[in-house]
Amino acid sequence: MKKPSMSQVMLAFAAPLAAAVVSIVISSLAVLASKKSPIDAYKTMWEFGTQAGSLLEVLNTATPYYIAAIAIAVTFRAGLFNIGVEGQLRLGALFSAYLGAKFVLPPIFHVLAVFLIAMTVGGIWAAIAAYLKVKRGVSEVISTIMLNSLAGGLTSFLFSQYFAEITEGSNNLTTKTLPESARMPDLMPLLNKLGVEDQPGGGVYGMLLVAAALGVAFWFIVNRTRFGFELRASGANPIAARVSGVNSKRMVFYALVISGAIAGLSGLPAVLGDTHSYTMGFRSGIGFSAIAVALLGRNGAVGMAFSALLFGFLEVSSRSLELIDIAPETYVIMQGSILLSSVIAYEVVRRYKITLQSKELAKAVA
Amino acid sequence: MSVAVELRHISKRFPGVIANKDVSMKVETGTVHALVGENGAGKSTVMKILYGMQRPDGGEILVNGQAVNFKNPNDAIDASIGMVHQHFMLADNFTVLENIILGAEPKHGITIDFAAARKKVADMSAAYGLDVDPDILVEELGVGQRQRVEILKVLYRGARILIFDEPTAVLVPQEVDDLFNALKGLRAEGMAIIFISHKLDEVLRVADDVTVVRAGSTVAEVKSKDVTARQLAELMVGSELPQPTTHGDTRRPEITLALKDVSIPTKSGSRDLISHISFDLHAGEVIGIAGVEGNGQAELVEAIMGLREYTGQIEFKGENIDHFTVAHRHDAGIGLIPEDRQRQGLMMASPLWENRILGHQRSKPVMRGFVLDKKATIADTRTIMQEFDVRAPGPQTLAAALSGGNQQKFIVGREMSKAPSLLVASHPTRGVDVGAQAAIWEELRRAREKGMAVVLISADLEELIGMSDRLLVMLRGAITAQLDPQKTTPEQLGSAMTGAK
Repeated sequence: MKKPSMSQVMLAFAAPLAAAVVSIVISSLAVLASKKSPIDAYKTMWEFGTQAGSLLEVLNTATPYYIAAIAIAVTFRAGLFNIGVEGQLRLGALFSAYLGAKFVLPPIFHVLAVFLIAMTVGGIWAAIAAYLKVKRGVSEVISTIMLNSLAGGLTSFLFSQYFAEITEGSNNLTTKTLPESARMPDLMPLLNKLGVEDQPGGGVYGMLLVAAALGVAFWFIVNRTRFGFELRASGANPIAARVSGVNSKRMVFYALVISGAIAGLSGLPAVLGDTHSYTMGFRSGIGFSAIAVALLGRNGAVGMAFSALLFGFLEVSSRSLELIDIAPETYVIMQGSILLSSVIAYEVVRRYKITLQSKELAKAVA
Repeated sequence: MSVAVELRHISKRFPGVIANKDVSMKVETGTVHALVGENGAGKSTVMKILYGMQRPDGGEILVNGQAVNFKNPNDAIDASIGMVHQHFMLADNFTVLENIILGAEPKHGITIDFAAARKKVADMSAAYGLDVDPDILVEELGVGQRQRVEILKVLYRGARILIFDEPTAVLVPQEVDDLFNALKGLRAEGMAIIFISHKLDEVLRVADDVTVVRAGSTVAEVKSKDVTARQLAELMVGSELPQPTTHGDTRRPEITLALKDVSIPTKSGSRDLISHISFDLHAGEVIGIAGVEGNGQAELVEAIMGLREYTGQIEFKGENIDHFTVAHRHDAGIGLIPEDRQRQGLMMASPLWENRILGHQRSKPVMRGFVLDKKATIADTRTIMQEFDVRAPGPQTLAAALSGGNQQKFIVGREMSKAPSLLVASHPTRGVDVGAQAAIWEELRRAREKGMAVVLISADLEELIGMSDRLLVMLRGAITAQLDPQKTTPEQLGSAMTGAK
């Protein structure tokens, strides 16, 4: 193997760097528009965001993002787009919380059973879109969007009418609390041993480890197995994949169902690690933010980990903006501008690379 | 007669490549002037320069005796130069008339003066024999008629010098005849026509003069009546042409592929796509399938590869494979060179080593157990690139960066690397340069001697006759004739293909 040349190394960094500069400029303009100093804003965010307590919260915010982003990346790699993660994870969380509280199993088995319920429900919900795509040619983009609304209505209905228990003296509805055996242990004791001190209000979801394991599995399966290759081939050129013996319909079906199953898991970090039930306050929007996380991370296991952490960091640290009278929602502008500028920057670099290669080739041939 | 366009010593270099070294040509008014050359010889670059899309590094362009310096296509259009692109640039949901005037609308105050436009278009249609209904939507038109709209569009803008970039590539023979009649009409009106092509028989039919470019330089300017297609081809290549030939009979007794009454019925119940096809193919034999494109050859390939459902039986090495999936058939030892390499054979945005896996994702050296062996795949890709002379920096190069000929050599190398018992080769040398063509033929010959059976589908009649041990003619989905290539001329084969007796 020849070593990567200087220009190749530069190229690898050009896109993220350009994207960072552009997005900082846009975000600064947004802050300036509210007649505040962007420098102050960034300083406040950084100081708040890098406190130990905030960092733990960043991890907790990033964990469901990462799992959901993997779910989306599975379909992106196959040339599909599962927008339905939001609905799949919501249904998965509701059913796993409700059914998980109905039985008792030994600790690890109980958690696994809850996983299985969440994955099955998410997978079945995605299978509707997969079936429509394979048998009826319905675009999965359209059907998953519609299934999202359906899932939203269905969870509200089931939750309020059948699954929720009314607590005396409270307006909050929750499902029955999961027994101890169905809870994911908090990672805080482990972190204590590594020298991290307890933080007020802070624990770290045990699902973080599951997310990390999923990331490794995702990388390995997509890049190193035949299934992964056939998945990517279906995405890169579906016709050539079919001619080469890939059963493209089966691939579409698998990709969407696997994506739905992983999406089901992404609703669990809070359920298993924090509330131990499905509550009215179940965080919404994870499935949509995860689309941006997957895009920003270029559908790679490592890239998505970084982008999930970045999104988590922006979300947590932006709360401090209120202290200096800036709307905390500014972080949405930041996320948006980072996403937009990086997608554009990567595309520009990709095209430049092809031109560069063609030129190298011309030189080699001439 | 006066000179409409003259190019003098045009040169153009791109970083790392010299596209044009020294191209000169002189086009007279009232003539059709063909510009011929191999892919990559610099034909397109010189036309882009003439049309103002690129600026030359050196040399002069004279239009009607005046030196010109075009900065963009608008300058060229103002100098009455028009280009009919190979890929049409029409709005499907507009009418013919709207498409023609698009961007050059005659105004009547602030409204478009459709009446004036309609009259002008009608006059032009009549004058040049380019009949198209101006009020029909473009989406309802066939390819030949769309091309006519493109020509009218260019004429409407006042062009007197027309550049046609590979105009026949998308046309069927009948439409080619119509186009050539239209060109003769334009020539009679005193237009100068530049016709870019590499189909030499067409060039000789329609052109008055021919300029041949090779490796960026003009190598010959001849009158078309003074040359033969073969001479032109040799001028283009710069050496004697390689001949598609095989030596001796390498047929072995065992039958590799047997089709028994294979048909693909249509759902609507109209004529079968392929109908009652039966033949035996022996090891070491090449069977050539001749036929005008669209007579069932593509469907025959799909049936053999298991890409389409069929009735009847297919046996491979004595075993019935009807229930085999596509993947099974690949693994059993059937190799495929697909007819459209970019659409069916490659992942253009992926590196070559990943393309090496395509179709081989179940076997060594690509797989070790169920894990992909990246290192071995890259090493094997490098071997293929060396053995098949694929010119690219390395296995990490993206398929999109390769020229068509090198992509094709790579696909041939990929399929041959598994030493298939049967190779289904659809147009294996279409659109590749002469060097690559000779290399691919040599490879087929060598494998044939080792006992590989080949189903060869080609539009190149000389290739079919030269490479095949036996020829089958397909017409409307059925085999209508079996010919001995040793006793068949291209003319006889051609008339058998159209069903003429």
